[in-house]
Amino acid sequence: MSEWAVKCSGVTKTYKTGGQSTYALRGIDVAVRPGELMMLVGPSGCGKTTLISVIAGILDRDEGECTIFGEDFKAMRPGQRTKFRGLNIGFVFQQFNLLPTLTAAENVAVPLLINRENRGHAIRRAKEMLERVGLGEKVNSLPSRLSGGQQQRVAIARALVHRPRLVVCDEPTSALDHVTGERVMDLLKDVALEDGRVLVVVTHDQRIFKYGDRIAHMDDGRVTHVDAPEPANETMGGI
Amino acid sequence: MLWTAIRMLIGDFGKYLGMLFGVTFAAFLMTQQGSIFWGLMSRTFGFVTETNQPQIWVMDKRVQFVEDLKPLSETTVNRIRGIEGVEWAMPLYRGLIRARLSNGVFQQCWVVGIDDTTFIGAPQTMIEGRIEDLRRAETVIVNEEGANGLLARRMPDGSRIPLKVGDTLELNDRRALVVGICRTIRTFQTQPVIYTTYSRAVQYAPRERKILTYVVAGLKPGVEMTAVQNRIAEATGLKALSQNEFQMATLSFFLRFTGIPINFGISVVLGFVVGAAICGQTFYQFTSDNIKQFGALKAMGAGNSRLLGMILLQAGIVGVQGYGLGVGLAALFGLRSGLGQKTLAFNLTWVHLGAVGVAVTLIIMFAAALSLVKVMRTEPAIVFKG
Ligand SMILES: Nc1ncnc2c1ncn2[C@@H]1O[C@H](COP(=O)(O)OP(=O)(O)OP(=O)(O)O)[C@@H](O)[C@H]1O
Ligand SMILES: [Mg+2]
Repeated sequence: MSEWAVKCSGVTKTYKTGGQSTYALRGIDVAVRPGELMMLVGPSGCGKTTLISVIAGILDRDEGECTIFGEDFKAMRPGQRTKFRGLNIGFVFQQFNLLPTLTAAENVAVPLLINRENRGHAIRRAKEMLERVGLGEKVNSLPSRLSGGQQQRVAIARALVHRPRLVVCDEPTSALDHVTGERVMDLLKDVALEDGRVLVVVTHDQRIFKYGDRIAHMDDGRVTHVDAPEPANETMGGI
Repeated sequence: MLWTAIRMLIGDFGKYLGMLFGVTFAAFLMTQQGSIFWGLMSRTFGFVTETNQPQIWVMDKRVQFVEDLKPLSETTVNRIRGIEGVEWAMPLYRGLIRARLSNGVFQQCWVVGIDDTTFIGAPQTMIEGRIEDLRRAETVIVNEEGANGLLARRMPDGSRIPLKVGDTLELNDRRALVVGICRTIRTFQTQPVIYTTYSRAVQYAPRERKILTYVVAGLKPGVEMTAVQNRIAEATGLKALSQNEFQMATLSFFLRFTGIPINFGISVVLGFVVGAAICGQTFYQFTSDNIKQFGALKAMGAGNSRLLGMILLQAGIVGVQGYGLGVGLAALFGLRSGLGQKTLAFNLTWVHLGAVGVAVTLIIMFAAALSLVKVMRTEPAIVFKG
């Protein structure tokens, strides 16, 4: 296995809408190690969402190389790609995207069901996972009965329940207030980072930068530099 | 995943009911209107249906339907008897005659004159009296509906006294004694039906050069129908139809020359279109509301074929339930309004059930197709859009 869990070099992506072209990625070079939480930060429109969409295989890059765990989505047939995502990637979205008519446990069970696991077993695992994110009491609640922070915890449980090797999170805290956002990040760091799992978290919320092992700063479709969080933030995180 | 699809559908109870309503409405209207249509249509040839002893009906070439009366000359019966392959042939009279009730009221009735000795063409169900009672002089048998309805005596207080065995009426100024009550299929325009012998019917009928309406005939065993039909046509220049051909000729006349099919057709099409619109629109709305969730499922590894299965299952559930409800309601409606008095024409056949099933399937496929296109086109990348 290669040293890098995720490795992108020279990745470009252009959106063509009507006659207009938007150069969203202009040659991205970035790599993430196994067991690492990589923050992807930068101003609005710099291409963060586009980049994690390419990494997670839900968007095709135009040029450049990008592998995750040594595999290249571009080399796979569409069916394989979908299956690979189902087995290896967990998603946390800004808007949670829970199914509104399913209970918390049923929502968390969805990735297992997609991977064709038996329903009873899937629901049991989902309930265990909800216990771990502190929602053991809410397994039978509908999303509309949960607060934003609780919904995001359900979404985190859903992203982890099938033990994916990569979890991508787009603005996981921006729909939440500051305190709730920090709790969610604590949880992500505690629960998600085990067994060499990789987390890529997109954010422009400076207050959560400190949770990253490394921070990739993006601007105008490029990664300008990668650094570690400031030590001051590190101490704050320990409070 | 299929279970998730069911939970998604039932969970959105309002839209689920909306879709169910659309399909139920369509299935109900199509079944109910179709059944009434067929009920009415089968009345048009009801007389041929219930006169089921003859295999062949001989009539004037120009006759287009049962009530298109073009009399034949009296000698026709014997000419048909002489044709090879014909086992027997009998005269049959059918005509509208004015009856005068005991209270002086006049009423148009269908009078059927059947062969004096064999009674071929007699009604199949006697409620009172026996067909043989027609052997007595001046006797007739009246159908139940006529006796209780248009031939009943209306009293000043509005009540009706049904015509009974032993009562008399006048047909063209001749006395007719009621000796029996029989059951018949309702005539299309609901006139009473009066059965009597052929020779007596000739006396009741208005004086005309020709009286004989049909010659009805039976075939010798093992003889081919079409061969005999051709021989009759060649020898007499008349038209010889099988029971089924005569029914279909009548049906086809009503279909082509009356507005009835169009009216019912409009209702059925309306049911289909409105049902499809309600169901399609609601289902599309349901899918649109859930489009980000469908996108999330795609991102999380559910391929298009899985989503196709989910949507088809959701549509299928609505379709099967709506079909069952709609057809069930229509049948209940038919039972309630049809059984007691037999006043409403309602004839629900397997053909209807099949046709409505096909129509509901089309509605469902239409609704599912709209949603499918939307879901298939959805890029999983939309899940990251705010
Ligand atoms: N589907 C699309 N079609 C056309 N242009 C797009 C599309 N998605 C993104 N873009 C454009 O590509 C550029 C990068 O978008 P992207 O969403 O990756 O930025 P971002 O860094 O995630 O921004 P934000 O912080 O606001 O979420 C932007 O200019 C955006 O307008
Ligand atoms: Mg973004």
